[in-house]
Amino acid sequence: MSLITQPKRIPKFFRGNAACPGCPIPRELDILLEELGEKTVLVVPASCSTVILGDTSGMPATVPVVHSAFAAPAAIASGIVRALRMRGEKDAIVTVWAGDGSTGDIGFAALSGAAERNEDIFYVCYDNEAYMNTGIQRSSLTPKGAWTTTTPEGKREFKKPLPFIMAEHKIPYVATASIAYPFDYQAKVKKAKQIHGFRYIHLLSPCPPGWRFDSSLTVEIAKLAVETGVWPLFEIENGEFRLTSVSKTLIDKNNRKPVIEYLKLQGRFSKLTEEEIKEIQESIDEMWEEIKAMVKK
Amino acid sequence: MVQVLKRKSLALVGNHAVAYAVKQAKPQVLAVFPITPQTTMLEKLAEYIQKGELKAEMIKIESEHSAMASIYGAALAGARVFTATASQGLLYMGEMIYWAGGQRVPIVAAVATRAIAEPWSIWDDHQDFLSKRDAIWIQMMAENVQEAYDLTIQAFRISEDERVILPVMMGFDGFILTHTMERVEVLEDYEVDSFLPPRQFNLIDFSDPIGIGPIAQPDEYMRIRYEAMKSMERAKSVIEEIMREYERISGKKQYGLVECYRCENAKYAFVTMGAWSGDAKVAVDRLRDQGIEAGLLKVRVFRPFPKEKIAEYLNSMKGVIVFDRAASFGSGGILATEVKSALYGSQTPVYSVIAGLGGKDVRPLHFQKVMEDLVNGKLEEERWIL
Ligand SMILES: Cc1ncc(C[n+]2csc(CCOP(=O)(O)OP(=O)(O)O)c2C)c(N)n1
Ligand code: SF4
Repeated sequence: MSLITQPKRIPKFFRGNAACPGCPIPRELDILLEELGEKTVLVVPASCSTVILGDTSGMPATVPVVHSAFAAPAAIASGIVRALRMRGEKDAIVTVWAGDGSTGDIGFAALSGAAERNEDIFYVCYDNEAYMNTGIQRSSLTPKGAWTTTTPEGKREFKKPLPFIMAEHKIPYVATASIAYPFDYQAKVKKAKQIHGFRYIHLLSPCPPGWRFDSSLTVEIAKLAVETGVWPLFEIENGEFRLTSVSKTLIDKNNRKPVIEYLKLQGRFSKLTEEEIKEIQESIDEMWEEIKAMVKK
Repeated sequence: MVQVLKRKSLALVGNHAVAYAVKQAKPQVLAVFPITPQTTMLEKLAEYIQKGELKAEMIKIESEHSAMASIYGAALAGARVFTATASQGLLYMGEMIYWAGGQRVPIVAAVATRAIAEPWSIWDDHQDFLSKRDAIWIQMMAENVQEAYDLTIQAFRISEDERVILPVMMGFDGFILTHTMERVEVLEDYEVDSFLPPRQFNLIDFSDPIGIGPIAQPDEYMRIRYEAMKSMERAKSVIEEIMREYERISGKKQYGLVECYRCENAKYAFVTMGAWSGDAKVAVDRLRDQGIEAGLLKVRVFRPFPKEKIAEYLNSMKGVIVFDRAASFGSGGILATEVKSALYGSQTPVYSVIAGLGGKDVRPLHFQKVMEDLVNGKLEEERWIL
């Protein structure tokens, strides 16, 4: 063995970027890139991440980054992976890193198309539950009752259940994750890395300015989302549903914290009435009844 | 002594001629989405792949927006790529057309020109093609099936030339060329191989990762656009050089940014683009028989616009009639506007004729009539042949 070892480039997201204080995105990218390694291509549509990933004078990422039009990331990734395959680069991981607006709204046709074709790409949606980059407008993934600049009275409709919709595409891997449970997230990325075909991870990403909370509370809120059952952690591998991490214990309603704990820390929910909070609590309980049925079978 | 080879000739409809050229160009990634009148081209390409005659990844994508996006991604990662569309498809691709042009990646797209809704029309005009004139794409238009075949092969080479590096759009008139069968002289595969060496372009390099298409501050943005403009200007001479080389190999055709038909000693000229140039040539011959000194300037390359060539040929004419299959509403024919600006400062009067929209039939007779009116001082500045 040679005594001289080459210094290895650490496949990590660099410090010093344009994210807001308390923004989970840099840390989330860190974990992602650490697991995926150097042979990763990030495809990033218009979003906060576009800004975070730097400008023509330099970028904080350590892997190739392809910026994408808002609607296009799943399609661009499809093309990249086909070309890399033709080039013989079979172990490269083409990864889309996209917000909820791109994923659930404008880019949904491309996402659904790529999933239906079972393209060999890895798609991570970081869900901050609104269009943040353009100044906090509602998306189809904004939860019911939440204030945004386009829903000043609170959003009237429910959040689009994207992880389940993706699972309906019968892709090999779907999972949810939270920045408050980094090992769970890490394990899921690691697993997704080994799988071929379309893989999807949906990551709840609390956003201090958009959700109206103090920037020191990001992890706390991400944790409460899980503990109250708002954001169940699970994975669906080849159709098989499994709860992961603490969510396993939350099947029992008594282990779930009341949703108010989660809501009360966020300014975006400050105008909710008792009645509305009760309704939200009921919808969570209902979702868990459905989950219970899925776990059983 | 120049040896003139006996060329292989095939009877092909336009869509199949382009597909044949694409097969010979050996793209590695194709994206396909059907729209009339280009669909049978993509079907033919699928057949080539299925038979193993073309080794390529064909992405059967869910929309044109994604079609352009996917081949854009594939092009960044080093593949030679191709797609085709028309009309609504080209519009739906719009955002990604600009994206690919702004990033300046080598891509070839064939556009079977077709009118835009609404009202619905599947027939030919150039409104779709010309709507992309500021997207930083090289745009060429074929006159006949032979040219569609030749230009397709040339398009790959032009697009990938390191002095250019721009996407190229090859337009050919919907139905009039896509579905008409002609005898086409084709190159041998080895000739195409020598004309079109394997691609040398790849921006995705794991040992030297870069950010592709990030935010640009105003200074940088402007500089990048300026570089694109210079590359477009450079492309003019590169295109001519490549076309001359193609002529040498194929030994058959006069290729250039524009084509001049009986215009050397002409006093009056038509300016046209695309398939009806053939009808205009017939009209020129008939007008000459009548004693009217008519000629025709065919614009083959629309972007970069060959304004120098146009000025050179037309600035001493007594009158120029530009035939347009597309209008800039409130301003006149699109090609006419371009020709006027190319002739700025000269005394040549330029007349704009808008005809053939939505597939409305135009024949040599129409060209003749308009020219006669010009000679008799009866042609208005802008005329619609309704
Ligand atoms: C076609 C198009 N429409 C609108 C925009 C403007 N735009 C840029 S980012 C964005 C919102 C992004 O929201 P999301 O995907 O949730 O990501 P986030 O900003 O929250 O990170 C919008 C609307 C755009 N870039 N392209
Ligand atoms: S607005 Fe929210 S998601 Fe965007 S950078 Fe700031 S904290 Fe992060």
